[in-house]
Amino acid sequence: MAALFATHDLAVGYVHGKHSTTLLSRLNLSLEAGQLVALLGQNGAGKSTLLRALTCATSPIAGTIEVAGRNLARIAMRERSRIIGLVSTDRIQAGALTVTELVGLGRQPHTGFLGRLDDHDRAIVASALHSVGIDAKANSYVAELSDGERQKAMIARALAQQTPIIVLDEPTAFLDAASRIETMQLLASLAHDQHKAILLSTHDISRSLLLTDELWLITRDRKVVTGPTSEMIHSAAMNQVFSNRHVAFNVEHCDYESIP
Amino acid sequence: MMAAQLHSHRYVISVAVLIVALAALAAACLLLGSVDIDASAVWTILTGHSSGNEAWDVIVMQSRVPTIVTAALAGAALSISGLLLQTTFNNPLAGPSILGVSTGAGLGVAIVMLAMGGTLGSVLGTSAGGYVATLVGAFLGAGAVLLVLVVFSSIVRSSTMLLIIGILVSYLASSVISLLNSVASEEGVHSYVAWGFGNFSGVSTTQLPVYAGIIVVGLAASTLMVKPLNALLLGTRYAENLGVDTHRVRIELLLITGVLTAVVTAFCGPIGFLGLVVPHIARLMLSTSNHSRLLPVTMLAGADTALLCALLSTGFDHVIPLNAITPVIGVPIILYIILNRKKIQYFN
Repeated sequence: MAALFATHDLAVGYVHGKHSTTLLSRLNLSLEAGQLVALLGQNGAGKSTLLRALTCATSPIAGTIEVAGRNLARIAMRERSRIIGLVSTDRIQAGALTVTELVGLGRQPHTGFLGRLDDHDRAIVASALHSVGIDAKANSYVAELSDGERQKAMIARALAQQTPIIVLDEPTAFLDAASRIETMQLLASLAHDQHKAILLSTHDISRSLLLTDELWLITRDRKVVTGPTSEMIHSAAMNQVFSNRHVAFNVEHCDYESIP
Repeated sequence: MMAAQLHSHRYVISVAVLIVALAALAAACLLLGSVDIDASAVWTILTGHSSGNEAWDVIVMQSRVPTIVTAALAGAALSISGLLLQTTFNNPLAGPSILGVSTGAGLGVAIVMLAMGGTLGSVLGTSAGGYVATLVGAFLGAGAVLLVLVVFSSIVRSSTMLLIIGILVSYLASSVISLLNSVASEEGVHSYVAWGFGNFSGVSTTQLPVYAGIIVVGLAASTLMVKPLNALLLGTRYAENLGVDTHRVRIELLLITGVLTAVVTAFCGPIGFLGLVVPHIARLMLSTSNHSRLLPVTMLAGADTALLCALLSTGFDHVIPLNAITPVIGVPIILYIILNRKKIQYFN
């Protein structure tokens, strides 16, 4: 059976004018429903570029991306918006929307021309708010939320979109330690309980990484090594993520440490 | 639920207040002017009878009523243009005059006038062909500036830089207009300068249907854009993830903006500040950036503000140029917004 989300000999990079720079190539990755996967790599390794290609924000340099056996590039934008949900670190100008209105925007792929929500849509929005645990803030303005709450609201927005796949670009980047752990726990429970396929990128290496099912490591020689988290953290690949020779992965602390 | 109810209350109250104010301002514009006409005579004329004073009949039906309709529609059109530009460029200080769109339309008007008559005289030619050409010129001028802004907005990411580019484009268009003026006849320059003051009384009853028709179509088109406009609040990437073809939507939004600004500029002159300020008045009234409520309230508030300006401009013995009034209303509001931006939700 075909994987829910898979790449075939995918190459990603960026194009400027007539030149293109390939960052990562020959990627054969796959993601299943119910799986939480973390993409790790140092800054500039190509995490965001890969996620942009996987969410169709840019076209791949080579290869294809398939969703349940169908070529993603051939799926119309509107249908695609019901397949992959996105949470990014982009600045939003939604401070004067209520949390409910913001999460309601996630219903856009399902609503009509004018975007009006019916009772069914409103019930989905309410349950998305409940899933991430910010029901109490439903009527607050987005401007009034803490960074952690704002991130949860954006995750709820992606949930309201009801996509089988959710891609998150650095979801824990601007969060404090407690919110980081909470967000990772939330994503793990969404993957395992609601059977979503969730892919997130991060350079935040910590114990919360143990909540993931699989790791995709971008090594310093620009290869992507994948495997179950429990195996990966014991493998040598962990020491190939950062190009600095003075840091090494400490399995016990689940973090990188400097070598004297 | 309470906050949701509060929101809908606020919306209903805002709409009601603005409609009552619109009626009151329209009534004031009918009654006040350089010629004193009794309220009862105005009523008689409005209901289709003659007041017995032929001059009064002409003043009310040929001057005051068209001015009210022109002003209300111009206000709504410029304010919606401002709102669409602010959302499209993700920039709360965008507006048709500050970004140079109005000046671009003015340049188009000037070029058409020069090509057609060799002078800038009689800005809206009296023949039907004349003002259609003027309109097309205005639209092409506005469109050219919007195109420049789109190109620059993909190169410079900073919204402040885009504003500066708009102001620079505006200076450039103004200098071309000055050059054109230097070769035009004295009479032409005079009428061009008069046009530049801004005026809601320049649309004749025969031109009014065309003017009103285009604006109503533009405003109606804007109401169909509520869904993508809300998605754009989240930025391009999120909007695309929600299935919005942002490239196409931006072009549609700029087309609507271009048409609305061009029509108003061609007929009423380049009117500053309304497009920038009114969307903020609407946001402050509603405390929301949700376009499904913001758009209708912006339209109404725009009509109200323009009628207020029209009243101050022509309601008294001396006619004050419109562009001397709009900054007096606009600047304090913009300063208030800039000084309070930490407290105002839609900036955060």
